[in-house]
Amino acid sequence: MKDTNDKYTFRRQQMKNMILAVWSYRFFILSSIKTEFKSRFIRSKLGGFWMVIHPLAQVLVYALILSQIMTAKLPEVSTQYAYPIYILSGVVVWTLFAEVLSKSLNVFISNGNLLKKMAFPKLALPLITIGGALLNFGILLVMMFVVFGFLGHLPYHALHWLPLLTLLTLALATGLGLFLGTLNVFMRDIGQMMDVVLQFWFWLTPVIYMMSIVPEKYHSLFMINPMTGIVLGFQNILLYDKAPDVSLLVYPAIFAIISLVLAMIVFYKAREEMADVL
Amino acid sequence: MSSVLEVKNISKSFKDYSSEWHRVASWFGLNFKPKEEHHILKHIDFAIASGEAIGIVGQNGAGKSTLLKIITGTLKPSEGSVHIHGRISAILELGMGFHGDLTGRQNVYHSAGLMGFTHAQIDAVMDDIEAFAEVDEYFDQPVRTYSSGMQMRVAFAVVTMYRPEILIVDEALSVGDTYFQHKSMERIREFQKQGTTLLLVSHDRGAIQAICDRAILLEKGAVIKDGNPEEVMDFYNALIAEKENSTVKQVVKEDGKVETVSGTGEATVERIGLYNTKDELVEFVGVGDTVELRIKVKVHKDIESLVLGYGIKDRLGQVMYGTNTWYTKQVIESPKAGEIYNFILSFPVNLGAGSYSIQTALVDKDTHLTANYEWKDLALVFNVTNIDKTHFAGCNWNEPKIKVEKIWE
Repeated sequence: MKDTNDKYTFRRQQMKNMILAVWSYRFFILSSIKTEFKSRFIRSKLGGFWMVIHPLAQVLVYALILSQIMTAKLPEVSTQYAYPIYILSGVVVWTLFAEVLSKSLNVFISNGNLLKKMAFPKLALPLITIGGALLNFGILLVMMFVVFGFLGHLPYHALHWLPLLTLLTLALATGLGLFLGTLNVFMRDIGQMMDVVLQFWFWLTPVIYMMSIVPEKYHSLFMINPMTGIVLGFQNILLYDKAPDVSLLVYPAIFAIISLVLAMIVFYKAREEMADVL
Repeated sequence: MSSVLEVKNISKSFKDYSSEWHRVASWFGLNFKPKEEHHILKHIDFAIASGEAIGIVGQNGAGKSTLLKIITGTLKPSEGSVHIHGRISAILELGMGFHGDLTGRQNVYHSAGLMGFTHAQIDAVMDDIEAFAEVDEYFDQPVRTYSSGMQMRVAFAVVTMYRPEILIVDEALSVGDTYFQHKSMERIREFQKQGTTLLLVSHDRGAIQAICDRAILLEKGAVIKDGNPEEVMDFYNALIAEKENSTVKQVVKEDGKVETVSGTGEATVERIGLYNTKDELVEFVGVGDTVELRIKVKVHKDIESLVLGYGIKDRLGQVMYGTNTWYTKQVIESPKAGEIYNFILSFPVNLGAGSYSIQTALVDKDTHLTANYEWKDLALVFNVTNIDKTHFAGCNWNEPKIKVEKIWE
């Protein structure tokens, strides 16, 4: 019994060391996020803004094509731009989720050479990715409010919910991304598969359409998707100008915590063998 | 002396699983046998004291890089452990993690950060780095506009901005211009004087013998020789030439030096001697004397061609002069078994005072890599003394005529 206990303390110590090592690299992580962001502006004039223009263009396309049909499905909103605002609210959070997830999937592989040659805390890499995505998200959010301003729509009653929902999105994307990204080092099919999965996932989340057009009997199926609650929350805050339905956030939160824990365990087990196969 | 680096019985194997799921399962204690295990390192065990300079040599694939990666911590050993006392800095691949669009200065922050330094620590030595790298106004230009030599300068300056307890230098250093090579060597020696332990990986015999006071020879993942650099390098050289039926043996001579003999044995040196102009066998010769080196070679088997090569080495094992009968166009074509040849090489001893050795090689062409009948290091040792020439320093007698003119009164 004592033996297993010792083993447990040892592992806890190791886990703690791993996290302390990342902490000692905080300056590096911050400066890497900064340099990565700066370097985008070095060789292209709009630089980082392309990261924002991309989702905005996506919104524009859907809005132009689907506006006629969809606006009628949003009777409770008075503005005629209800549908563009609706898509924008969802696309903003989806972009954050998809960017963190897809970049985390490949973060160890694309830095393989570095991992083989330099000894530094590997966890710094996904953290840099998250930081970069968060920065993009910030810019996107600002741009979104600029667009909202043009459309004459300024929600402000529930904005204090945004940080919490953002954190939840990050936790979910990081948990899944780190878990699959670690496995992806050993089984490269996972990365390819997730590209496809993400496409379906986007369409299985009510970003472009409303839950009201989904037949009632499928609603419970949609709730299995942890992104549904989060996206609905963003739409509440940004379109309906009201607090998100907390009961819908419990499931994504549990999902996020479990995936984060699983990710840390798998990463902890795999970290020493990673450089062997890179 | 306490050791700064202890490598304790480490082994490393790369595992191939028939399915990667087996690997994942093995992390959680399920016992799946790997389909294949490649053993890269086997029971490596050594300790290095503070201030020592160790050369690590070995053929490609001997496991040098894997060993270095385990020491620096990017790979974990499958068995055994590495204990490091102090900071370790590795020049494995200069310019690792450099970003082409960033300036030299920005890259310094980035790659020093990667080594774990804080912004303040980097700021404190930024001026030194800039001065040392000597890339002038390019320091604030994007690195992609640099020549590879300039990139190396900046990279080297970053890696050595603070003195590490252990410095690992891979062959990376041998690139770049000579001026900077000297400059970086200077810095490495300076560190060494202050107590830094040096681990040098190189194929360059000269560098290993000039810098290191100990060498470790890796072969097929195991340490096969650990000791005096000259001895180890002789053994390594012989090993390169080793063929299936060839042997390498080292004999300790009376003076404590180790003679390395290797080769396939189709022809051997029977006798070797140094004679003066009076036809006397000598061991001490004066600077500038003309001597004759007589080498008797016996052929044991019919071979296609026979070439004799020789080299004069100083006490550090650096070759002062060497040539062979391939270059002098005196190849013996198809010698028969039982034949005996005498080679008489006459030359002036234009060497500085000191102890020298002669190595001989019996080969088929211009190198010992295609066929190596016999390779003998320290076949003969002789001493040069300055008897009647003007006193001089150095290993090369190159007496000048000096003219002094007064041009202003």
